[in-house]
Parts: sequence; C-alpha cells; structure tokens
Amino acid sequence: MTAGDGQTRETVTLTVDGQVVTVPKGTTLLDAAGHLGTRVPHYCYHPGLTSPAMCRLCLVEIEGAPKLVPSCKTVAQDGQVVLTGSEKAETMRRGVLEFYLVNHPLDCPICDQSGECKLQDYVHAEGRPHGRSREPKRVFGRDDFGADVLFYGDRCVMCTRCVRFMNEVEQDPRLAVVERGSRSVIDTFFDEGLEGTAFSGNIVDICPVGALVSKDFLHKQRAWDLDHTPSICPNCSQGCNIELHTRDNLVQRLKPRANLDVNQYWMCDYGRGRYEWINRADRVDVPLVRSEGRSKAMGWGEALGALLEQLRDVTEKGTTVKAVASPFASNEDLSAFAALVTQLGGSEIVYRSPQADDEAVLKGFPRLVRRRDLAPNRTGAELLEMTRIGDDHGEGGLEGFARHDGVILVLGAPLADQDSTFGSDAALYVYVGAHPVSAMGSAHFVLPQTTFAEQEGTFVNHEGRVQRFWPALQAPGAARPAWLVLETLLGELTGGTAPARAEEAFQRLAERSPAFAGLSYRDLGTTGALVNEPARLVGD
Amino acid sequence: MAYPYVSDREVRIVSKFFGDPEARTLAGARKRGRYEALEKALAMDPDDVVQVVKSSGLRGRGGAGFPTGVKWSFMPKNRDSPHYLCCNADESEPGTFKDRELMRWDPHQLIEGCLIAAHAIRAEHAYIYCRGEFFEASAVLAEALEDAYEAGLVGKDILGTGVEIDVTVHIGAGAYICGEETGLMNSLEGRRGQPRVKPPFPAAAGVFGMPTTINNVETLCSVPSIITNGGEWYRQWGTEKSPGTKLFCVSGHVRKPGNYELPLSFPLMELIEDVCGGVRDGHELKAVIPGGSSVPILSAAECLECCLDYEGVAEAGSMLGCASVIVMDETADIVKQVRRMASFYAHESCGQCTPCREGSAWVTRILQRIEDGRGTEEDLDTLIEVTTQMTGTTICVLSDSVAAPVQSSIEKFRDEYLALIRRGERMGVA
Repeated sequence: MTAGDGQTRETVTLTVDGQVVTVPKGTTLLDAAGHLGTRVPHYCYHPGLTSPAMCRLCLVEIEGAPKLVPSCKTVAQDGQVVLTGSEKAETMRRGVLEFYLVNHPLDCPICDQSGECKLQDYVHAEGRPHGRSREPKRVFGRDDFGADVLFYGDRCVMCTRCVRFMNEVEQDPRLAVVERGSRSVIDTFFDEGLEGTAFSGNIVDICPVGALVSKDFLHKQRAWDLDHTPSICPNCSQGCNIELHTRDNLVQRLKPRANLDVNQYWMCDYGRGRYEWINRADRVDVPLVRSEGRSKAMGWGEALGALLEQLRDVTEKGTTVKAVASPFASNEDLSAFAALVTQLGGSEIVYRSPQADDEAVLKGFPRLVRRRDLAPNRTGAELLEMTRIGDDHGEGGLEGFARHDGVILVLGAPLADQDSTFGSDAALYVYVGAHPVSAMGSAHFVLPQTTFAEQEGTFVNHEGRVQRFWPALQAPGAARPAWLVLETLLGELTGGTAPARAEEAFQRLAERSPAFAGLSYRDLGTTGALVNEPARLVGD
Repeated sequence: MAYPYVSDREVRIVSKFFGDPEARTLAGARKRGRYEALEKALAMDPDDVVQVVKSSGLRGRGGAGFPTGVKWSFMPKNRDSPHYLCCNADESEPGTFKDRELMRWDPHQLIEGCLIAAHAIRAEHAYIYCRGEFFEASAVLAEALEDAYEAGLVGKDILGTGVEIDVTVHIGAGAYICGEETGLMNSLEGRRGQPRVKPPFPAAAGVFGMPTTINNVETLCSVPSIITNGGEWYRQWGTEKSPGTKLFCVSGHVRKPGNYELPLSFPLMELIEDVCGGVRDGHELKAVIPGGSSVPILSAAECLECCLDYEGVAEAGSMLGCASVIVMDETADIVKQVRRMASFYAHESCGQCTPCREGSAWVTRILQRIEDGRGTEEDLDTLIEVTTQMTGTTICVLSDSVAAPVQSSIEKFRDEYLALIRRGERMGVA
C-alpha cells in the first residue's frame, strides 16, 4: 500500500476468518474485518467517535488469547489469527444480545427505529429465538430532550454514542449517563436539555436503536417504506452529503451521508429541518404562454416553437438582454442559462443570494459549518461569472430590471420583492421556475422546471467541491430540468444538438467553463471533486 | 485500648503495632523504627529496591496476587514524563477490613511504604485513594502525613537526600468499583468511576495518562520490613510461590472474628479452630468464603484440607483474593447470602458493560424470586447459564464476581435451593 507522498506506509498482515488481509498499521480488528466485508456487530463503536469498548458485542476470538477481545479497540498485529464467527465468539454474542433484551420493551410495532434498528438486526441474525427472562422489566419512560430529540429510556442499549457525540463532536456536553448499573440512564442536565444546540439531531442518527428519535419524524413513516436517494443538502453552501428519504413522492426526512472531507457523518439541525419546501404542492407544472393578455397552457413543443420564433426575432433586432439566475439552481442549469444568454447577446447575469447573520461551527470537526451563505450553489454561479446583487435577505438590486423594455430572462429566482408588474414593459419576458410567484405575472413564457430533488445535477460547495445529487422525486406534470429546456433552445438557435442526459449537460459545462474543465460525472463519484480554480471561491 | 483479637499463632509484621496507640504518632513510630527502611531505600538505586522486593516474592495483597516487584519493573526507567504511585485504600470488598486497620493503627508504615515504592518506580507523587466511608482512618492518615511533611520525611529533599516525593490522601466518594485499579484512576482524575479498557496498562498510561503503579495498602505496608530485613528474610514464611505473611480478616460465625496476621499457607481449619476459637458453641461449620465475597464459596468438606495461600485456595476450588474469610455455620441461609451478594454487585456495577449491567440485575431478580419462594428448578439452569455469559466478557471482573458465588453455591448447595423451590423450606435463618 503506498501513500500519496510515495513512501510505503507500514502495514500488518493478519488472517480474519481464514482470509488473509493486509491493513495499515494501527487498524483495528473491526476495520480489518470490514476490509474483507465482514461486519462485526457493535453498538458503542462509531467511526466518528472514540471507542469505549463497553457494549461487548464486537468481541472476537484471537487464536492463542485467553479471553475474547473487543475488536473495535484492539489493534491488528502481524500474524494474528482472528475469528469473528467462532463458536466462542458467537456464543458470547448470543449471550450479550439476550442481556440487551432483558429490559427492552420489544415495542417494535410502535417504534420509529423498527426496520433500521441494530438490535432487531443483530437479534434476528444471531440472537436466541426466545428470551429467558421472566422478571418484570425496568421502566424509565419517555423524556423530551429538547430540540428535535425525544428519548425512550426503555429502548436504550446504553452505548453512550449520544453522550460522546455531545462531548466530543458538538463539544457542548448536554447529555450524561445518570446513576449506575442497571439503573443507568441517559439524561440531560436539569431542564436545559438540547435546546439551542446546532447539531444535536445527529444523535438520533447514531442511536443504534429507537431510544433517541426525531420529533419531526415521530410516527410519520415506517423505515422500510422509505426510498433513500443520495443528495446534497440544499440549505447552505457547506454542501453536506445527505440522503433524501422519500415516500409517496414526498421528502420525509433528511439524513447525513458520510463524506469525510465535507461533513464526516454529520449534518446540522438547520439543514436537516428544512425540507418542507421541497414538498410544496403549488407548482408550475405546464408551460404557460401569454398572448393578448391571457395565459394559455401549452405543450412543450408548441411553447418552445413559439418561444424560438420570438427569440430569433429579438436576436435579429439586437434587443438588450437582462438575465437573473438563482444560486439554488444546479451547475448544469446555470451553464445552459449562461450559454443561452450569451447566444442572445446578453452580457451580464445577476443573481441574489440570502445570507444568515451568523454561522454554526461543529467544534469537533470545524470544517463542517452551517455557512452564512444559505444557497447551495453560490460558488457555481460565481464560477460561471455571474454577479451577485441585492442585500443579505436576497432582495433589492433589480431596479433596472422591472421596467426593462428589452428581453428579460429569469432562471429559478423567486423575485419575492417584485410584484406582477415586473417585466410588464419587456419586449420578451421568459420565466423559468418551479413555483408560482407574483413576479411571473407579466411573463410571456413561464416554463416549468424541476427542483433539485427531481433531477440529476451538481452543486459547487463553498470550498469549490463539485458534488452530484440524484433524482428522488417524480416531477409534477410537464416540469423538466431547466438545462434540458435551455439547452434545447440553444441547440435550435445555434443549429447544434442538445444534450439529452445530465451527464452530457455537465460535459457541455466542462467544455464551456475553464473552472470545470476536465471534470466528468465519473470523476465526481459520490463524494465530489474540487474545481480547477479554487482561488475564485467566494468563501465567507 | 489493647487490640482485642490476637493469637499466639500469629506472625505480626505489618500488624505489629495494632493496639498500640503510640505508634500512630510520628515520635512513637520513629521510636519503633519507622522510616529507617526509607533511609536505607533512598540510599539505594531504585532498581535495587525493586530487586529486593522481587527477591522477597511479595505478591499483591489486593486480591489478584501479582508479584509486586515484577509490577514495579514494568515502569519505564526514564523520567521523560511524571510517574505516579497509587495506593489503593478503597478497601470495598465485602468481608475485608484489613487496610482500614493498617491505616488506623500504623499510618506511618503506609506512608513509608508509599515513599519507598515511589522511589523504586521513580514517581514524584503518590496518591492514597482512601475509601470515602473510612472517616477515622483517613483522618488518622491525614494527620500522620502532615506530621511527616513537617518532619521532612515527605515532600522536597526527603531526609536530606534530595529526593522529592509528595503524598496526597484522596477521599473517594463511595463506590465499590473505584477499588478496581482503572476505575480508581478515573475517579482520582475526577471522572466517572468506571474501569478502563486494558491495554493500555497503568504502567504505560495510568493516572493522568502517565506511567502509574497501583498497589494495595497491605502490599505497601509490607515493603518497609522487606527493605530492612531483605528478601530472603521474608521468605521464611509461606511457600515458594506465596511467601510471607498475610492479614486474614475473619468474619461470620466464629467465636473470635478479627484481623490475624499469619504466614501464608496456614491451614484454613486451624485458622477457624485455633486462631478464631472455632464456630459458635453448638453449631457446626457449613461453608467458608475464603477471599472476599467475590470468590467461589467452599463447602465445609472442601475446607478441611485447604491451606491459605494463592495456590492452595485455588486447588480447593476458590481464590485467596484479599484473604477475607467469611465463615458460616449451619444457620446460614446460603440462598439469602448469595442473593445479598448479588444485589450488592448489581447495585455497584458501574453500568458500562452490558453483561454486567443487565446480568447482575437479572441474576439478583431471579435469586430474589427464589428466596421469596417463587422460584423454579429451571431458574437454577438459567442462573448458571446467565452467569457463564457474564464471565470473562467484560472490561473488569465485577461481572465475574457476581458469577463466582452464584455458580459455586448452586453447585455445592443445590439442596438448599431445591428445598426452597420445591417445599418452601429455608435451610438457615441468617
């Protein structure tokens, strides 16, 4: 194994369950087994936290060692022969799993964790078919921990991941183990709870059982009904890797997805809680064309045909073009928009972007910050040479636009501070958007676009990392990705061909923009890649 | 204020001044030869001190019986980082009351032992972690320490040798598990008293992450006389593998319970009959727990041939532990005794490891049910299996301590359990 600097890193070679594996020195047995695809059951171990080796579930046998050892804490040694599934280890795990169930309420039918519960998984895989305890169960009841966290003490397996997360990662020690022995219970200090914390939602994710659950998600869906789609958090410029959990064509919750360079295993509560807008039912779902003062729904073919005619017309006349884009749009959308504006003779594209007053830093991993920039793709807009206007609320700066008598093109911007007279003097006003807004009232063409959750695409985060997201929802009606519509128009105007897939649209972007040159969806993978010109980053 | 329980069979080395209140004062202690060994040890190279203790064969008196000199030799030889000595004075094993007496009667012996050990392991600070409930002992110790500081026996430039060793008495807050060496270290640091995962072992990373040696009070008290008289002298008592003398804390149904210092390998029956005056009149021996409540129980028959050294007790099927001999005559209700031990351990489990946290409480509830006459014969099998699942699967051995009395009592006194389960009959009253 060779490290980046060309020096050979020290490795050790051991045997796990009969298979030989070579791992870097310092690797734990649990990770070494993981290299071979063997998942050793565990609760207290989490890759983002220190390991107290107290759940006693990951004990494995080392040939020649008198006792079983905790694989999460035992460092692999050369020549070791490790048995994760030996009779001794399995008997012990069966025993430990039985202990977990002595006081567990077995309320799976009403537990939110059911279906993604490690206690269920492990007991089904290796546990005893019947517990032997005939004693009454210990009862702790339920406690509101504040923030979005609800605690069901009886389900707790006392792995202390939550306590360690608050101590080590958020570094705001709000949780503790109270009492000792079988009376041990996780608790908050007095009534303070988790209120005011910025990352405590993560303890719900890392809780291996249903002890810590999200109030927002409480009894909302069963875990096995949810589809998981990898995505990027759209709620700030950090670009946390997330999963959209969807059912019934609605986003039900957001969960972090591991990316060690961006967000490790975490995401902030601000981002996690803001998904309802994705589910907005009031959508522009059909192309609207206004003629003689009335809007008329049309099919795409007809609408684009009419639009092309007008675009050719204004190009011939040399009418001035003003364009407004949105930092919430994907790079593919923005690039197609920019190319179309240039084709029409426009020179400048502006965008407005909201900013928060403060940011929230995750102390244990300070690279993860809920950024002041609340748009997911402001860096993308900057890299495509768009100009930020307006104030920190994402308003103002459009004085020269509202009464412009040339061409106005808008991509995705909600224009919340404008009324229906916006663009009423324009020779041609095209609004591409997902949701109906007042400012589209005077548009000659309203073209329905998909949201980021309904299309494939990329965002560039604050540090210049281009990251992909995938479609999780069905788009309503005739809504299409903006890049598809815009590239089609561009193709018709230039006589070229339009890309049919997002990957091809990204290829066009890479050809047009030096910042993205040489990148492709393949390079980005699931964790992204840095753009070529990190110097041009906006930062904050 | 003579010490009430003495026997002419005793060999009194560490307990020499029990019952002698003058030995508590610094002047009285010095008159009796205290701190002479310290002077001798400070003039020696630390490694030579270790060598003497190694040659004596002294084994840890806290329960595990690990050779003390060998333990000391694990400490790094350089002093790149601070080294610490911890004296485990948390004496919390039910049945044990020897360290309390050592601190009450002869505090200077302990301080001297700490200083010699600290010198041997190149530590500049010794912590005496004293059990929270030892109000008198800790007060006596604190006073003695103050006197020793004033006399220049502790602190900077001890006895003009330039050696600096500080000693601090730290009072625990009352938890059995803080007597476990790594739990003690956590508690000393101000953390929750929970045992740590080993490795790293204390000699590599102990208190405050620094190399640390932890020794029991009695172990450290044995050191000064070994330094004075040499390792060979200590070997005149006991056996090859278990040399020296040991304090035996005898409690229960004997006529004269108390602390008796005897050569190791002393026959158990002689301890009960000769030293302690036998079981109460009109009663007969039923069972003995030879090493504190966490070791397997011995039936009367097993006691007959048992010699009290580390190997001898192991041969008889139990452990010498800290030599706390709990004697029970036929009035003892074994089921009740075992339930009380189990509930003690369930109460004192720190709650980290699942087998101990859940298992100790579960075992207690089953035993309580049996004791209440609502048990079944299946429960006995469950108890055996559950305690087997609790053995060797946890960070420390508290879990094993629950298992030992439960398993051994079911094995040896199954009749008593069955009498309760089948007929509701109790075999004893206490």
